[in-house]
Amino acid sequence: MEKYILEMHNITKTFPGVKALDNVNLQVKPKHIHALVGENGAGKSTLMNILSGVYPYGTYEGDIIVEGEVCIFKYINDSKAKGIAIIHQELALIPSLSIAENVFLGNEQSDGGLIINWNKTRSRTIEMLKKVGLDENTDTLVKDLGLGKQQLVEIVKALAKDVKILILDEPTAALNDDDSDHLLDLLVELKEHGITSILISHKLHEVTKIADEITILRDGATVDTMVKGVDVISEERIIKAMVGREITDRFPKRKHKVGEVCFEVENWNVFSPLDNTKQIIRDVNFNVRRGEVVGIAGLMGAGRTELAMSLFGKAYGIKISGTIRKDGKELVLHDVSDAIKNGIAYATEDRKTSGLILIDDIKRNITLSSLSSIKKKIVIDDNLEIKVGEDYRAKLNIKSSSVLQKTGNLSGGNQQKVMFSKWIFADPDILFLDEPTRGIDVGAKYEIYTIINDLAEKGKSIVMISSEMPELLGICDRIYIMNRGMIVGEFMVNEASQEKIMQCIMQSNKEVVK
Amino acid sequence: MKSLRSMLRGNIRQYAMIIAFIVVAIIFEFLTKGILLQPLNISNLIQQNAYVMILATGMLLCILTMGNIDLSVGSVVGFVGAISAILILKMDVPVWIALIISLLVGFVIGIWHGWWIAYIGVPAFIVTLAGLLIFRGLTMTALGGLSLAPLPDSYTFLAAGFIPDFVQFQLFGKAFNLLAFLAGTVATILFIINEISKRRNRRKYNFEVPVFWIFALKIVLISLVIMSFTYALSVYRGIPMVLVIVVALVLIYSFVTNKTIPGRHIYAFGGNPKAARLSGIKTKKVLFWVYVNMGVLAALAGIVFTGRLNSATPKGGYGFELDAIAACFIGGASTTGGVGTVIGAIVGGLLMGVLNNGMAIMGVPIDLQQTIKGLVLLIAVGFDVVSKAKSKV
Repeated sequence: MEKYILEMHNITKTFPGVKALDNVNLQVKPKHIHALVGENGAGKSTLMNILSGVYPYGTYEGDIIVEGEVCIFKYINDSKAKGIAIIHQELALIPSLSIAENVFLGNEQSDGGLIINWNKTRSRTIEMLKKVGLDENTDTLVKDLGLGKQQLVEIVKALAKDVKILILDEPTAALNDDDSDHLLDLLVELKEHGITSILISHKLHEVTKIADEITILRDGATVDTMVKGVDVISEERIIKAMVGREITDRFPKRKHKVGEVCFEVENWNVFSPLDNTKQIIRDVNFNVRRGEVVGIAGLMGAGRTELAMSLFGKAYGIKISGTIRKDGKELVLHDVSDAIKNGIAYATEDRKTSGLILIDDIKRNITLSSLSSIKKKIVIDDNLEIKVGEDYRAKLNIKSSSVLQKTGNLSGGNQQKVMFSKWIFADPDILFLDEPTRGIDVGAKYEIYTIINDLAEKGKSIVMISSEMPELLGICDRIYIMNRGMIVGEFMVNEASQEKIMQCIMQSNKEVVK
Repeated sequence: MKSLRSMLRGNIRQYAMIIAFIVVAIIFEFLTKGILLQPLNISNLIQQNAYVMILATGMLLCILTMGNIDLSVGSVVGFVGAISAILILKMDVPVWIALIISLLVGFVIGIWHGWWIAYIGVPAFIVTLAGLLIFRGLTMTALGGLSLAPLPDSYTFLAAGFIPDFVQFQLFGKAFNLLAFLAGTVATILFIINEISKRRNRRKYNFEVPVFWIFALKIVLISLVIMSFTYALSVYRGIPMVLVIVVALVLIYSFVTNKTIPGRHIYAFGGNPKAARLSGIKTKKVLFWVYVNMGVLAALAGIVFTGRLNSATPKGGYGFELDAIAACFIGGASTTGGVGTVIGAIVGGLLMGVLNNGMAIMGVPIDLQQTIKGLVLLIAVGFDVVSKAKSKV
């Protein structure tokens, strides 16, 4: 047996003007879980795209050796044939097709002809669903599954093709803790069945928990490899290698200057736009003070995003009732532009599909919500717009060639900074931030926290939705806990802990069962 | 040398449309043995194809919003032509009132389409396909299957008239329209000043500017084109009235799309409707007004086309929607929305015009003309797709 199932030797990949990878080496042992970590833009995705044949042989230098054999991948199918499957962050499932149809998409089960053998398809799907512990009917449509289950279907799809090396790009980024744990357990189990996994993740506790080896990339080069049992693996050590410096404090300090209550929500009720009998938000009451950072904790599907969006000029939901008060005055918001005019902003969790205009440049994205403040009579002042863009680019440290760069070409952290710039420029009093650090690296996270602190110190009120509890505990003044569309708890940050928050959620689940 | 090539490539993509247009014009100049660019024919070309350019301007806005198209415009052109002819010839309504009513009819049709599309949520393709059938049917009904002609001079002036010169002037013993010449010269000077100030501005902010000789070459070439065009108009009968309309539309719509908030909202909507909505843009309103605008411009095109033909016919405007849509895509608009310019759509319209006119002069059978136009559309967009894919790697 070979020592390594996969080796990538001295891989160098150059894009016009940038060296994305510089002599990168990766060695993966069979039946191991190998973690690949690094900041955004460190080259992880590029490396995996080379491995899976997205960048064909000839566009890079170096060798790929699978089971001792040098491989030339010209097409994605070449790497698939070698048993390499990649599961991207954006899932490649067809929502309107069933689980079974998705699992065997492009690999349809027939008796040798063009006619699909559905019995064979279903029975093989059932078999594999059992393996991954997914208890669903094979005819269920993928769009009716939660994100965690969709992820499992994607893995089943890879298993159906006799995968040997499974690459997972940020598989748990959008999952709640339960689903994440289940997925990680599954990887360990697959390892027993002889499947090697390469795990790309920003969540270091996951990496330290399940990885057998860790390769760390920084600025397109391998900077360190750690082996479980040989090296002492700690999150601190990984972070240090990733960013090239020691981050002593993951959360920047802030002077707390909390003022009077300036934003209140009373008896807020919202129904689903898809099903007008389904209540998404129930009798929610909360308030925010001037200069305060308030967190909303909860599991995926607790209704946090829906709450924020329904408050943001009814951007979500129907049959909305309840009152919003700002500085004691009742607000009636008919649409998003009303909300913005009244000093409320909402930075979405999904910057690509609903946050930015990816085909537009940085400056146009920043000014989009506040065009009337850069106009002279009826004309948009281009020069002023450029100035505003440059201003925020410098202030928020948006790494880009100029304000004319398209936002679609920026890394996740920098896209997030553009979205922040947009809302800071709109000058709101109350700013809702929905998962502001999702999918961005440690360094950029620190910068985002610093921006949030600055805003709070300037007297802005921040409502922050996050699924990462350490983050909420690290930067909030006060935390509300949401579950099943209700606020089920409230803690001052010095009284809160992860355990207390989880207890609060579990307690409310029990009450529902009663 | 490498930098020169990459630079050329970047710039060629930017001006690909204009270059393609010039190349096609030169080819037809030879194929028609010099008739294409004769002063008489240049005036003809403008007057014959004004409707495509007017429709393409409106169509571009529709396409910018997520690649929606308006299939009804050809039928609306016919319908508005019929209405105005009936008002003038059968009901003796004064021409200017008939013109206002015609534009109002377009406005109402636009509201009808816009309401279904923006507020009811029926896909634009379906709504305007229905419009295509509805208004063609109404045109035939209104005209009873017969043509109405001839129309009074005051009506046809818009489409076929020329702006009279302020003096009688002769150059080398031939009539020479001084007004046209002066207008063209002023336009050239304004163009040069504008280009220079744009370049200076980009410099000021340290943005990349093309090398000086490319910049100069572009200015000289475009100035030459404008001036020779001006000369051609001057030695014939001066400025066609319809040219004034088209130029005014181009200026107004370029200004609105590039410089104003509604214009920015249209592009943002096309680029990402969800993000636009969450940025406070009233997306339904944008969609609604884009179609109202299309209705009005289709009515204007209807007036111009009917005037040019000097009759309202049941089949008037047949297939015009396809010319307008083709002009936008040849002019660089994206089928998914958010990308495209008014100037691009106009150049696309002109290219279609040169094709129409050139082939007509050569006596290419009408059926074959369609085939050639189809191939040109396919090649133009295909070229764009390939060059975009290349620039990504």
